Amino acid sequence: MARGIKDKVAILGMGCSKFGERWDSGAEELMLEAYKECLKDAGIDQNQLQAAWFSTAIDEVHVGKSGIPLSTTLRLPNIPVTHVENMCASGTEAFRGACYAVASGAADFALALGVEKLKDTGYGGLPGGRGGPLQALWNASGTAPGNFAQLATAYMTAHGVSGEDLKKAIGHVSWKSHQNGAKNPKAHLQKAVEMETILNAPMIASPLGLFDCCGVSDGAAAAIVTTPEIAKALGKKDIVSVKALQLSVSNGSESGHNSWDGSYFHTTRIASKKAYEEAGIKSPRDEVSMFEVHDCFSVTELVTMEDLHISETGKGWKDVLDGFYDADGKIPCQIDGGLKCFGHPIGASGLRMLYEMYLQIQGKAGARQLKNPRIGMTHNLGGAPRENISSVAIVGRYE
Amino acid sequence: MSISSLSAAQISALSVTAIQSLTATTLSSFASTQIAAISATGIGALSNTQVAALSTTQVKALTTTQIPNFSSEVSFSSPQLLALNQVQLGAFNSTLVANISSTAVAAFATTQIQAFTAANISALDETQAGALTATQISSLTTAQVAGLSATDIGGSLKAGTSALIAGLNASKDGAPSLVAAADKRMARVASANELNYGDGAAALLCGTENVIAKLVGHHSVSMDFVDHFRGEESEFDYGWEERWIRDEGYSKIVPPAIKAGLAACKLKGADITHFIMPSLMPAVPKLMAKMAGIGEGAVRDLLGASLGDTGAAHALVMLVDALESAKAGDKIMVVAFGQGVDILVFEVTAENAKLAKRKGLSGWMARRKEEKNYMKFLAFNDMLPIDKGMRAEFDKKTALSVLWRKRDMIYGLVGGKCKVCGTVQFPRSQVCVNPNCHAIDSQDPYAMAGLECAVMSFTADSLVYSPDPPGYYGMITFPEGGRFMADFTDSDKDQVKVGAKMRMTFRIRDNDTMRGGFKRYFWKAAPV
Repeated sequence: MARGIKDKVAILGMGCSKFGERWDSGAEELMLEAYKECLKDAGIDQNQLQAAWFSTAIDEVHVGKSGIPLSTTLRLPNIPVTHVENMCASGTEAFRGACYAVASGAADFALALGVEKLKDTGYGGLPGGRGGPLQALWNASGTAPGNFAQLATAYMTAHGVSGEDLKKAIGHVSWKSHQNGAKNPKAHLQKAVEMETILNAPMIASPLGLFDCCGVSDGAAAAIVTTPEIAKALGKKDIVSVKALQLSVSNGSESGHNSWDGSYFHTTRIASKKAYEEAGIKSPRDEVSMFEVHDCFSVTELVTMEDLHISETGKGWKDVLDGFYDADGKIPCQIDGGLKCFGHPIGASGLRMLYEMYLQIQGKAGARQLKNPRIGMTHNLGGAPRENISSVAIVGRYE
Repeated sequence: MSISSLSAAQISALSVTAIQSLTATTLSSFASTQIAAISATGIGALSNTQVAALSTTQVKALTTTQIPNFSSEVSFSSPQLLALNQVQLGAFNSTLVANISSTAVAAFATTQIQAFTAANISALDETQAGALTATQISSLTTAQVAGLSATDIGGSLKAGTSALIAGLNASKDGAPSLVAAADKRMARVASANELNYGDGAAALLCGTENVIAKLVGHHSVSMDFVDHFRGEESEFDYGWEERWIRDEGYSKIVPPAIKAGLAACKLKGADITHFIMPSLMPAVPKLMAKMAGIGEGAVRDLLGASLGDTGAAHALVMLVDALESAKAGDKIMVVAFGQGVDILVFEVTAENAKLAKRKGLSGWMARRKEEKNYMKFLAFNDMLPIDKGMRAEFDKKTALSVLWRKRDMIYGLVGGKCKVCGTVQFPRSQVCVNPNCHAIDSQDPYAMAGLECAVMSFTADSLVYSPDPPGYYGMITFPEGGRFMADFTDSDKDQVKVGAKMRMTFRIRDNDTMRGGFKRYFWKAAPV
């Protein structure tokens, strides 16, 4: 295996805007909100930035293409800015680009910033109709909830889980995230919700009800990365370093070949395995302190915890019901509320997850602070179960 | 000296008599190189019995120089034909093609069908052409269907019968014609026509061999009698008083036409077993029959209670209905009224009973999904200014260039089958989708429209725009291989389950109302 990214890059500073229906802000204001916090936290001058990666996912309702929107909004010193888009994994992609720039020695300080302004469409949910002129002629006219609802039907079929048991388990996933989100002042949804409310909510795409779907939010998040040596030289304590960055992209076998049964994420299994190797983690269930995973839908989180090799395949729903992933469980998952409650501004989500890991490891997570976490793992899933991008990042204390 | 030890040069020098004296056993002992060495004259001298003795390996050795020289009595067997490659089939002449059995035709791989010259494809006789499977037909290349002419006929309620007359006349010389008639007429809310009209279509294949109903004769009159009209700018018909249409139109125009039609066929009214005459006035066909001396029992049901009047298609729809139960020797008279009259008289043959089972009118009526909600009827027909939501506003512009480039895939549901690993896949792509194969440029076209499939996963989506919410869709898998995320239709929550069997059906997918209504069609999955 290649030498990998482990401990070659440190997070110097991070920032995150308040997420939510930000009727007061456009993408530009959100970028600045996250950036100001990030730059201050890093403690460097803007002119020291040598490269930037900028992530957004839905150009059609957004700032447009290229690196110009970021450079112009922040008045960056004419440095390289790369615009990245990889659906819901876009934020982690921006972070990966910045980390690789630092690890290669091409830059001492690199910025990764992700933003999404979704609440200017005039309707709920995500805009549809992307994919090009050929897709428009044949691919089923589905939505995100409709695609992920099928993960639930296929999971039940593959593992013989009853509709009632699954509904309870995915209900618990959302219940737990609402409990956590209630303690996060930057979260979109900050209200704890009763299980009964969750289970009786209107159906969006069967079997997924309203509370099985994450929020559609506006927001931005940013990171400035450097080498651990520079971070130390700048007097930083409690340094958080990058342990692994992995990405796995579908090649059409799930969507086009009958070997996949629809009940799991092929790419996540691959990306996480590589990430554990890169980070030197032998037993993830014992070594990872906390997770922020892509809970675009409750069932996505449940299945993802199996594909990250934490829960046994087909048994994840039992771990969920046992409270294994609750705030007081063995490995808390979505301690900041997750996509479900913190919100899901697509281009920012990967960086928002890393922001929470960064705060937790440094002991700065306020009311939701976990006890002494060492290793945090984030996961994004762009696309649909049948065709997707799975990105995984592991960060931890630099020792 | 044994024949089997002859060199290639010696084989090519064999005389016609020597070739003709070869026994089947001797011939079948030839090596491939020896077969390939037989001279053109020698090939021409082979009898059908000798050719039948050739193994598939030997047949594979035949050269393109040899193939056109086979004598006209030679007919290859199915296994022999299937062993031939594209280059060899491309060398077939019309005689060899004419001798291919319909069983062998149906067994050809799509690549083999595509190997025939356009001339050979048009030379297939009716039985051979009729044996082509849907998969094979959809794999025909642009060059192979180049000789096909298509004519649109419209503008009158007798457009269907006029097309049928044209099709029957065009097929007299042996080349089959397909006649299809369809109509979907809009009617104002709460109008009588809303009750009377139905949407429907019928198709008939005209030719000279194995006919199920023989045309006895036909007769037409043309008159500019305008009983109703639909202006270019209008969605709806506008009709004159029914009593006037009955007395001055039907009663004065139709009986003389029937009389002339019967005379042309040398028949009397009493000879007619089935009298087909669409009309919105149920008493009129009975009156016309009576005036022509046709028995009241012969007058066919207008299908008004079950289907409605399908306009320009209705005479043909009723003809299909009659043929489903007609017996050999029955005489069918078809009368269509509209700016004149078309009269056709058929005699049902014994072939009708032998016709392979098809859906027909009764089959389609049985397959229907009934909708009793009148509001839905209005909404589906765009008769109500309903709020479709912003998700209905997504642009439905169709890239016509893409549609043309991918017409096999979109209109034919033609996927691919990998020559290396055998995996069937949709869409057909340049790199095989099988994770253990990934061969490049390895796929033959593979038509999937006629295949059954099964639901792997599904949902009922209340967020997506659907004219009939919730939108049902899911991953369907074909047992042969291949899968894709498909929209479902004619489905409800009791029918859609994991593992449920589905069939593919060609439906409207989108309507580009922003640009005047270009309709996108594609295949949807419906419960079997």
